[in-house]
Amino acid sequence: MCLGVPMRVVGIDGANIVAEIDGVRRAASLMILDEEVREGDYVIVHAGFAIARLDEAEAEETLRLMREAFSEADMG
Amino acid sequence: MNYMDEFRDREVVRGLAARIGELAAGRTRPLTFMEVCGTHTMAIYQYGLRSLLPPQVRLISGPGCPVCVTPNGYLDRAVALARLPGTTIATFGDMVRVPGSSSSLMEERARGAEIRVVYSPLDAVALAERQPERRVVFLGVGFETTAPAVAGSILAARERGLANYFVLAAHKTIPIPMEVLSADPELGIDGYLCPAHVSAVIGAGAYRRLAEERRVPCVVTGFEPADVMQGVAMLVRQAVAGESRVEIQYRRVVKPEGNPKAQAVLAEVFTPCDTAWRGIGVIPRSGLAIREEYASFDAEKAIPVEVETPREHPGCRCGEILRGKVSPFDCPLFATVCTPESPVGACMVSSEGTCAAAYKYGR
Repeated sequence: MCLGVPMRVVGIDGANIVAEIDGVRRAASLMILDEEVREGDYVIVHAGFAIARLDEAEAEETLRLMREAFSEADMG
Repeated sequence: MNYMDEFRDREVVRGLAARIGELAAGRTRPLTFMEVCGTHTMAIYQYGLRSLLPPQVRLISGPGCPVCVTPNGYLDRAVALARLPGTTIATFGDMVRVPGSSSSLMEERARGAEIRVVYSPLDAVALAERQPERRVVFLGVGFETTAPAVAGSILAARERGLANYFVLAAHKTIPIPMEVLSADPELGIDGYLCPAHVSAVIGAGAYRRLAEERRVPCVVTGFEPADVMQGVAMLVRQAVAGESRVEIQYRRVVKPEGNPKAQAVLAEVFTPCDTAWRGIGVIPRSGLAIREEYASFDAEKAIPVEVETPREHPGCRCGEILRGKVSPFDCPLFATVCTPESPVGACMVSSEGTCAAAYKYGR
């Protein structure tokens, strides 16, 4: 139930956004989001509400750490 | 990049599994980690993550499925409300097939009740606005991820001046039950994979007492398979080093302080209350009740109805499964009497119930 997928913001209209994943578009409320969002940002949408903005730099960093662990294990 | 596929990369998952093997090498006593989020439960079964872990690392599922931990009495009240004339029940899809003491919403629908599955509580508010002659009762079930959305729907209904929108609230909060379970010597929990999106709202700081006072390592972990494996690796590393801290694996979404605006909306409408968890019993201050100021939206207070005396199915082991004491395979009803087509207990109904996950992916 706490599922929420990263969706790309494709439109902003005041307190609501339109976000897209795999070509599917959905409206979501910004009522409970504490961050500014712009078109092109990724947000986590849950039950019709954007609950968090996805930090793309942190995502890259996590992937880098994961691959680092992988190459260490590979060499070991 | 879509921030999902990259975290499902098989090579990365395998690499992290090898890393976990290295970290746990030489351990004689196995490490037991619990996840308390149904979406983690699903990911672990769906991607077969247990089979990638070394024998020293054991993953168990806790009370992470909100539909599953909601006792029958709640559903019985929803059924009673559904039978009232002029009443529409609006709910997330998971609740429709959950068996109550003697009926389910699906059975009530077959008898003519108006049961509407919605994607968002705001859809239920819109429904109330379109049907001023009917009352619309939304079934507010879920953890801290969902509760702010339901609180938001009550604020939206108030703003629109609706007197026919109600919430039957049974929201629950997870940190206190995690503390309760961590004190159970039989479970011997060595660490928690803390939920992803609950933590996006409440913040990783919510687990500090668990880590610092109860000495249980906590890692806030994302839902994709590589996230789960990295979260497990971080837990193993802490446990082996004798540390107990709160770490965030899911940094791309979760911050130490969480989402203050969602917390504020939640606190505006809800206040902590004691609540019963299936299989665990009443846990003080682990539920959310609608505040007195919003009592006119509270279905339990605003719509009096007679509710049958709740009873649980005698053979169903949902309760023990939710406490991590037994696995679905230990239940005599599993996959025989109790199947997703004909569920006996809630753990088999909800798409994120442990029994449903084990039935779909684990056999």
